[in-house]
Amino acid sequence: MSDQNENTIREAISEAISENDVILFMKGTPEAPACGFSARTVGVLQSLETRFAAVDILPDPRIRQELSAISQWPTIPQLFVRGELVGGCDIITEMFETGELATLLGSEDAASASEPALADGSVLQIENRLS
Amino acid sequence: MPDATSIKSRIEAGIPGSSAEVDDWTGGGDHFRAVVTADAFAGLSRIQQHRMVYEIFGDEIGGPIHALSLTTQPARNP
Repeated sequence: MSDQNENTIREAISEAISENDVILFMKGTPEAPACGFSARTVGVLQSLETRFAAVDILPDPRIRQELSAISQWPTIPQLFVRGELVGGCDIITEMFETGELATLLGSEDAASASEPALADGSVLQIENRLS
Repeated sequence: MPDATSIKSRIEAGIPGSSAEVDDWTGGGDHFRAVVTADAFAGLSRIQQHRMVYEIFGDEIGGPIHALSLTTQPARNP
């Protein structure tokens, strides 16, 4: 658990956030969420038919530690849209109910229409990115 | 072990002029739900409002306090 490894994890997280227009850091996977808050957030994104990348933070505690250091946000899940932290489960649910989330993600679709599509709910595994 | 009353008083002490309603979501002493109203939230994004509350608890969030579900709103000044 050297500093170098933690820096590498932090860089991989930053890269994943900048490379994916919509990325969710969660406990478990979209198919098998390991926490009710992650499950609810995935449900909201799926109900809006949003394409998103997902990272399971559970395999290595350093993922969560470094993610929270980057985002200055203590809890999981965390949704980033176009590089910006939008929020966790509470904010996402609230923005879904007010329609703000659909607007935010809708404009994302239009903006990225010409970009290569990411597989629906594709799971980005930070560990694999490092090997 | 944290309880709803102590979380309420810590939020109200940590954000001057705020009022908080806190309940223990599951009864297990680790999942809490808070509605916080404060003048200090005016003009801040939801992210910034929630961060102000989370900062009061630091590392306890995700530790002894497994989850603190938040609804924040600026106080309405007539």
